[in-house]
Amino acid sequence: MYRLLLALTILTAIIAAPAMAEDSGVTITIKDHRFVPDMVEIPAGTKVKIVVRNEDTTTSEFESVAFHREKVVQPGSEITLFVGPLDPGSYEFFDDFHPETRGHLVAK
Amino acid sequence: MLATLIIVFREVLEAALIVGIVLAASRGVPRRRLWISGGIAGGVLGALIVASLAGEIASAVEGVGQELFNAAILFAAVGMLGWHNIWMQRHGRELAQSATEIGRAVLAGTRPLYALAVVVGVAVLREGSEIVLFLYSIAVAGGSSATSMIAGGVLGLAVGVGAGAGLYLGLLAIPLRHLFTVTSWLILFLAAGMASQGAAFLLQADLLPALGNNLWDTSFLLSERSLPGQVVHVLLGYSAQPTGIQVVFYLATLVIIGSLMRLLGGMPAASPRRDLARS
Repeated sequence: MYRLLLALTILTAIIAAPAMAEDSGVTITIKDHRFVPDMVEIPAGTKVKIVVRNEDTTTSEFESVAFHREKVVQPGSEITLFVGPLDPGSYEFFDDFHPETRGHLVAK
Repeated sequence: MLATLIIVFREVLEAALIVGIVLAASRGVPRRRLWISGGIAGGVLGALIVASLAGEIASAVEGVGQELFNAAILFAAVGMLGWHNIWMQRHGRELAQSATEIGRAVLAGTRPLYALAVVVGVAVLREGSEIVLFLYSIAVAGGSSATSMIAGGVLGLAVGVGAGAGLYLGLLAIPLRHLFTVTSWLILFLAAGMASQGAAFLLQADLLPALGNNLWDTSFLLSERSLPGQVVHVLLGYSAQPTGIQVVFYLATLVIIGSLMRLLGGMPAASPRRDLARS
């Protein structure tokens, strides 16, 4: 079962490889406890690079239950994450240290 | 203040529940308080060091230092929990049924308390370093909110510790001959949950394949962000939307530690453990 899944994953990766553009990622900025932009469109079915830059004076933790990421972002610094390949749909992310700060990745 | 309270509480809760389980699992062992408080103190010290080096850790190893560090200490804790359970399987019954105080003390004295101290230390370090980073930046940023922030932080800490103490007292209500069976199961699931978290960090570092992004989605039933969801997440390793690799690591940990306990534990035929597992 997992062997099959693994084989499928590798196969998908090989097929999707030419379409992959890892360097042309998206940047999300945290400013005044808001994600800018708070709606980020990414291509579905491919790995996407996401840079999260924290321009506030407080520490944030960029987190998502839906696409399984959690990473502390210090004030005035940035972190890099790779997300996906994701199925089409909307995936919520938030700042774990300021839970009202939320945004969505939309995979199309 | 309430926001600070809730965030500090949520961070403290995980470590407090783990300390509660470890305290119950080491009931009656001489010098356990020393070892466990040593673990907590080491964890607090480690949290301060890790928080002060957070920038360096984050940018290390091409930007995946945070992930590798978290995965490494989680897997260290999984190993310690497994080792402790295997030891308990070998000696737990003798311990509970030992006729004399002296015999019990001698046997209990050989117990790998350092393993539990490491587990406690890792839990406190992980959650503690996040609390330090969170509170420190608020303290530096705003002057007027500092008092209210400290109050929120202290209250959050108190409520979290209270939850851990509640779990500990609840476990103490279990009769001694069943207690170690219950704590062994709890520690087994704790280890599996930690292995699954460790796998998630290695996936984030791009070192493991996802094997399916969301195998299932039960967040409408029990959200991981809710309090009950978080408790079940700590105690049983519950995940509302797990990746395939997390499920693989979870099951593999259960199977590996479980079979080592059977293999090395030498379980007698008429075991109360089996009765409990069946009921």
